[in-house]
Amino acid sequence: MAQAVVPAMQCQMGALGKSAVRARPAAAGGRVWGVRRSGARGTSGFKVLALGTETTGVVPRLEQLLNMDTKPYSDKIIAEYIWVGGSGIDIRSKSRTISKPVADPSELPKWNYDGSSTGQAPGEDSEVILYPQAIFKDPFRGGNNILVVCDTYTPAGEPIPTNKRHRAAQIFSDPKVASQVPWYGIEQEYTLLQRDVNWPLGWPVGGYPGPQGPYYCAVGSDKSFGRDISDAHYKACIYAGIEISGTNGEVMPGQWEYQVGPSVGIDAGDHIWASRYILERITEQAGVVLTLDPKPIQGDWNGAGCHTNYSTKAMREDGGFEVIKKAILNLSLRHDLHISAYGEGNERRLTGLHETASISDFSWGVANRGCSIRVGRDTEANGKGYLEDRRPASNMDPYTVTALLAETTLLWEPTLEAEVLAAKKLALKV
Amino acid sequence: MALLTDLLNLDLSDSTEKIIAEYIWIGGSGMDLRSKARTLSGPVTDPSKLPKWNYDGSSTGQAPGEDSEVILYPQAIFKDPFRRGNNILVMCDCYTPAGEPIPTNKRHAAAKIFSNPAVSAEEPWYGIEQEYTLLQKDINWPLGWPVGGFPGPQGPYYCSIGADKSFGRDIVDSHYKACLYAGINISGINGEVMPGQWEFQVGPSVGISAGDQVWVARYLLERITEIAGVVVSFDPKPIPGDWNGAGAHTNYSTESMRKDGGFQVIVAAVEKLKLRHKEHIAAYGEGNERRLTGKHETADIHTFSWGVANRGASVRVGRETEQNGKGYFEDRRPASNMDPYVVTAMIADTTILWKP
Repeated sequence: MAQAVVPAMQCQMGALGKSAVRARPAAAGGRVWGVRRSGARGTSGFKVLALGTETTGVVPRLEQLLNMDTKPYSDKIIAEYIWVGGSGIDIRSKSRTISKPVADPSELPKWNYDGSSTGQAPGEDSEVILYPQAIFKDPFRGGNNILVVCDTYTPAGEPIPTNKRHRAAQIFSDPKVASQVPWYGIEQEYTLLQRDVNWPLGWPVGGYPGPQGPYYCAVGSDKSFGRDISDAHYKACIYAGIEISGTNGEVMPGQWEYQVGPSVGIDAGDHIWASRYILERITEQAGVVLTLDPKPIQGDWNGAGCHTNYSTKAMREDGGFEVIKKAILNLSLRHDLHISAYGEGNERRLTGLHETASISDFSWGVANRGCSIRVGRDTEANGKGYLEDRRPASNMDPYTVTALLAETTLLWEPTLEAEVLAAKKLALKV
Repeated sequence: MALLTDLLNLDLSDSTEKIIAEYIWIGGSGMDLRSKARTLSGPVTDPSKLPKWNYDGSSTGQAPGEDSEVILYPQAIFKDPFRRGNNILVMCDCYTPAGEPIPTNKRHAAAKIFSNPAVSAEEPWYGIEQEYTLLQKDINWPLGWPVGGFPGPQGPYYCSIGADKSFGRDIVDSHYKACLYAGINISGINGEVMPGQWEFQVGPSVGISAGDQVWVARYLLERITEIAGVVVSFDPKPIPGDWNGAGAHTNYSTESMRKDGGFQVIVAAVEKLKLRHKEHIAAYGEGNERRLTGKHETADIHTFSWGVANRGASVRVGRETEQNGKGYFEDRRPASNMDPYVVTAMIADTTILWKP
């Protein structure tokens, strides 16, 4: 494979170490996350207090090398370039050496990969170009090493079909959208499976656990399976600079959830993809399989979703509840379009049972977990806040979903007749 | 950095001010503990500075699906021995969005009793002896017991050592240190009479904190058994037959009992408990009738009795208390699955507030 030679870089070292941790990138257009706060003590960093040898698939004598801090020996850093592959849900990555730490993704070189190996290009014209878009600290390599979220283009500069970020970025830079500062809080659910048998973690092979009830937020070896993965992921994401806001054990045993947000605009997608990457790297180590399938086990078992909480500036200000209702009205008129973009296989999950709304009907309600859109009691009481779109599946593409929510509620307008009919149907006075 | 254990043990204070707060609450059965975590922007030491939160009550049998939000009010903070650093555990109780305690919230009523001036003036102290049984996972048979059979009869196991007599010490010892680290007032541990059964004691704690500390100690215990691949049971009679049950003996004293002449106050208090025996028993844990048989160091559930140094009585007064003329007494009736908010508040209510 052709590899671009990395030119020597001018880099402002100072930029990396300055000021407090930011929720938003400081440099113009730059997306660098997990920057050290000022006065951070030392560079020795990670205190390793190993609990004892566990089967991680890592040869014990390699630990020293894996954890080596190269900073005393070299300024070079390792950058792991990450992209979404041909299925739209497979994550790929490879790494390269960069001569010095960088302050901004624009300082990183574009790269390329073999698209014919990921179903994204034909063999005789296989190069797909990687454009670096967001930088996170690498929780596996530590030091100044980084993860780089990229999107994918033809050599001519056109986004390839599986590149959903490009269109989302265009929507988010539309002044009508940008001025509303759209916030997203995404609740990513996922299921852990035992390797080789692909049966959920903690489930007896050849059988089923007791019915749902005891597992949600539970503790105990008979109720909670895989906490180490969830907890290691939590700290790794905080370290990386991802806006992870919480975790919990889910209703189906072996299922978990974490939440990322509030993120502004395009950041939501970058953070979710980076967090999915870190999660699958962790399950790789743990010898467990990660699935984002929206209904991993048929029958009386919950599916996995990716509820997307959303608000605009107008929704967060006084009188925002009316803006929310108008947004819900718009969403109700584009239900089928949204559903088609909310994840493959969602029809197996959105049945109207197991805290979902049926896939064919649009509904909304306050504190109602059986609806398509739920509005929290706080929002109702305060007259402003946010809405929760409960329709997206766990395997949704966050760029697609976040951009579509912004587009439908901020850029699209229904016809007057359609609006009046929908308002009647939903009992919304708008 | 590369391994799972490195990530779990990561000390985040080098890279951020953020902390992780694990909010803990009691679920719909009144005995199942639930928790979930959230990120806070900086360290917090005062529960009143923590945000209220909410959870899906329809998944814990505490709310219907179409009105599912249950609100969590932070009540007590402890250090998190698993995540360490500035990360915390937060003991919460549960309310409707309108601010009413939900039916399984026993802390609210207890807090009311403890803030009654007559009660707080007496500064009630509690020492709770939490017994529990460890079971092998998947088969739910006690730890150390042969599968398909029984160990030798009770006798050799109480406070014993040795691979043939003591089962699960690592869980007990790591729980002890974890509680001390967290800030729980754990005062001791011992191996119990039934093999695979253990006890830890929490106290002396004042008023409502007794309940908070016992619940968080139970949470830490179940997190530790989760790691160990073992199941913890708080059932009051896990194995029927000639095997001890598990209780939560509650030691209790007030300011008046601890002063000179306290012994008379104790006797008067115990007499009041006798008059409300049925009400107390009803609140002392589900399934207690399988345990309080009159055998195995218990008193029969239908009869109230008390005596000095008598482990077969409902209430036992220590020899030292009798000799010094002051001290405390031990209510031996509560089962291991009792709710400490209910029991501690009820004892205070009956002995301080209630007039026969």
